[in-house]
Amino acid sequence: MTDPSWEALSQQAVAAAGAVYFLAMLSHLVEWSLLRKVPASAEVARVSAGAGGDLALDESGTSGSSGTDETHERRVLMAGRLGLLLTWLGAGVHLVALVARGMAADPNRVPWGNMYEFTLSGTFVVAALYLATRRRFALGWMAPIVVATVLVLLMVAEIWLYAPVSPLTEALNSPWLVIHVVSAVIATGAFTLGGITSVLYLLKERAAAKHPERTTGYLARVPAPAVLDRVSYRMHAFGFPVWTFAVLITGPIWAHEAWASYWNWDPKEVWAFITWVVYAAYLHARSTAGFKGRNAAIIALVGLATLWFNFIGINFFSSSSQHSYADASSAVASPLD
Amino acid sequence: MTGTDLDAGPGAGAAGEPRPDGRRAGELTPRELGRWAWRQLTSMRTALILLLLLALAAVPGSVVPQQGVDALAASRWREDHPRLTPVYEWLDLFDVYGSVWFAAIYVLLMISLVGCIIPRTLVYARNIRAVPPAAPRNLGRLPDHASYESQEGVEEVLEQARAELRRRRYRLRPVEAEGPGAGAVSAERGYLREVGNLVFHLSIIVVLVGFAMGSLFGYKGGVIVLVGNGFSNNLTQYDDFVPGSAFSADEMEPFSFDVEDFEVEWLTEGRARGQARNFVAQLRYREEPGAPEQDYDLRVNHPLQIGDSEVFLVGHGYAPVITVRDERGEVVASGPRVFLPQDQSFLSFGVIKAPAAEPDGLGLEGLFYPTFVNIGGDPVNVMGDTLNPAISMLVYRGDLGLDGGRSQSVYILEKDDAEQVTKADGSPLRVDLQPGATQELPDGLGSVTFEGVQPWVRVQVSQSPGKVVALVGVVAALLGLLGSLFIRPRRVWVRARREGGRTVVDLAALDRSGGGDVALVLADIVESLRPAAEKEQ
Ligand code: HEM
Repeated sequence: MTDPSWEALSQQAVAAAGAVYFLAMLSHLVEWSLLRKVPASAEVARVSAGAGGDLALDESGTSGSSGTDETHERRVLMAGRLGLLLTWLGAGVHLVALVARGMAADPNRVPWGNMYEFTLSGTFVVAALYLATRRRFALGWMAPIVVATVLVLLMVAEIWLYAPVSPLTEALNSPWLVIHVVSAVIATGAFTLGGITSVLYLLKERAAAKHPERTTGYLARVPAPAVLDRVSYRMHAFGFPVWTFAVLITGPIWAHEAWASYWNWDPKEVWAFITWVVYAAYLHARSTAGFKGRNAAIIALVGLATLWFNFIGINFFSSSSQHSYADASSAVASPLD
Repeated sequence: MTGTDLDAGPGAGAAGEPRPDGRRAGELTPRELGRWAWRQLTSMRTALILLLLLALAAVPGSVVPQQGVDALAASRWREDHPRLTPVYEWLDLFDVYGSVWFAAIYVLLMISLVGCIIPRTLVYARNIRAVPPAAPRNLGRLPDHASYESQEGVEEVLEQARAELRRRRYRLRPVEAEGPGAGAVSAERGYLREVGNLVFHLSIIVVLVGFAMGSLFGYKGGVIVLVGNGFSNNLTQYDDFVPGSAFSADEMEPFSFDVEDFEVEWLTEGRARGQARNFVAQLRYREEPGAPEQDYDLRVNHPLQIGDSEVFLVGHGYAPVITVRDERGEVVASGPRVFLPQDQSFLSFGVIKAPAAEPDGLGLEGLFYPTFVNIGGDPVNVMGDTLNPAISMLVYRGDLGLDGGRSQSVYILEKDDAEQVTKADGSPLRVDLQPGATQELPDGLGSVTFEGVQPWVRVQVSQSPGKVVALVGVVAALLGLLGSLFIRPRRVWVRARREGGRTVVDLAALDRSGGGDVALVLADIVESLRPAAEKEQ
């Protein structure tokens, strides 16, 4: 295949993945709307949980409303399974888009040389991490949100960030590109999932305090605050060392090779550092009396805001990133700018 | 260890009550005050707040241009905001990361960290040999517990439990015939989590030390060298130089190099047409005067190491060679002038000053087009390769501000006291030239000749002492962090008693980090302990 046809394939695959994710989101929405009136402890939830849909199940109510008829059950189940299947399919096509993007470049390279590609990879990691940890952490409840987040970010990437395939600029042409960016992308994916969980934690906690008796609706099916807090911690605890590796080890090593000093207080570095410090504060908050729970979740969300601001905001708003440093270096532009 | 035990308030018991020594409550001796302050400073809560403060304090440095990062942007900002500038200067906002207030935050954080870590290290040193605590009387009270029944005797069951837990690498409390530990197994694992945590925090200090070494004793300097010219490593040769605060010039190693040649590969087709890659500057260098000459191909991402110094290729551009003659025909300016690239296409801007010209000083400023194309009367630069070079400059005559003795940038023409040279019809005169061509200036002012183009490279030289220290520090921090986050400190207790001809076995588990899912761990242990016959029921 020629490079342009790889590129076209990548484009088509992104569009297809978007469509499939959209259908997955619809299925999950149908699933949840069918469940809207069914108490969270009901049979349906347990059945669908066992069958792979694994919605949050409340074990306290054993066989609650026996009134749920079987066709309803089956529909919920179908919708949940279909949603999951479509998410897998979407992620598969998404992967094809990434590989094709890498093949389209001459010479072939990793598909994260600019913001468009970084977003493409980052959203794939979000979807893949969700699929990989779904069973282990019982994340079924997260399905519609994850799929919607991935979809929205993909659309943002297509509309605002799209850039045609081009060879890497000289400074990007380094093995550190692979290792530095891949770890940053993975950490971003994990932090994004952790952030989604933290938002849900805050909502759930409030709902649980306000309407403890409520057993229907989306929030009733989301796991208990303590479980959400733990899942969120796990995501962040995974993301934090990876982020440390990306921005405090491989980043400086690469910066040292490309720009002559390992830490320049370039806006991008500053914000990566801010993100790191905020997440360190989050980890502390979880073990500090008075900051557990709510405040910790808020700090985690601040961390996520700094992370995404660094990625998108800094590129658009800051004029003093590395590339304008020493006017001559425009030929040696900084990574991801 | 949780944050709560570190957060104990000051002299908790004594508050409010009259005291035997006659002082009123709330009145502290300096010593008590000191202790109170220390305890506050080293509490988890303070560390947390200082961390958030550090994050916040780092923000302005990404908004206001920093002197040390982008000196040009900083001075431009100063020019544009004359009223705010003194305030910003006073707040050190052009050098946030070197400012006193930024330092205050991280120094407090480090003190807090040391004050927090040392006591914990001592506690840990005491705990590391400790046996797991005896099983609580009623295991059913713990949040995560389980139980099963067995036909085997108490001792057999406990022995199996010990074997299983040992296999899972738990540390066991020695068997006790009586006392609190009798009839039960106490097991604990995950002792290294605390070590990981301590290593992580101590490593942060190591990183900081490495970083400090760099910013005290290191230096970083940039210089533009014309291809064909040379450079020797001493202060006077640099265009810009950022020394560490304790830097002394005799740390500079006496190497020198010539830039023999510079090659770029220009992409002429495909999407990235016009982009350059594979820059190579061929250097011939000597480590010190008199040392043998060596060759090195300097490329981006591949610095040249000489002793403790490193030489980096960070940019390139063009220097048009221009000769200016005045009224009398005297050469008043000649040779290559460095023009600075304005964009990816290497459209470059530069200035030529000829103050000695007669009758008035002459100055030129304008653009260099590596590949000039005239599209519908507009000059356009197509790419960075010199396929069709051209200059297009405006001319000024008069006082160029060079006599005042003030230092002036070679890239800026001061035109305040100069007058633009115009054509007969009054429109500004443009000198548009291709290599080899000469243009006469009106009124017999002289002439300008564009002789040719010479490329230049921008080279950065730096010494960063302590970089290895910092690297070892972060790597150790990462390893410690992995231990701290993923080693789960767990206790498991098993108690067995005879009841109605069977043995009832109670188990409980506790995760002391608050991150793990002990219920699963417990279920797994029960699964492997429970006799096969029981499982089938
Ligand atoms: C430079 C600033 C600091 C950074 C970046 C930092 C970072 C971290 C991180 C990432 C953890 C791991 C959290 C976990 O294991 O769950 C942690 C844990 C901890 N830090 Fe810090 N820390 C800093 C300063 C301090 C200070 C000043 C103190 C003492 C007051 C402190 C006390 C602790 C304690 C007690 C833990 C253990 C929490 C636990 O076991 O869950 N840290 N710190």
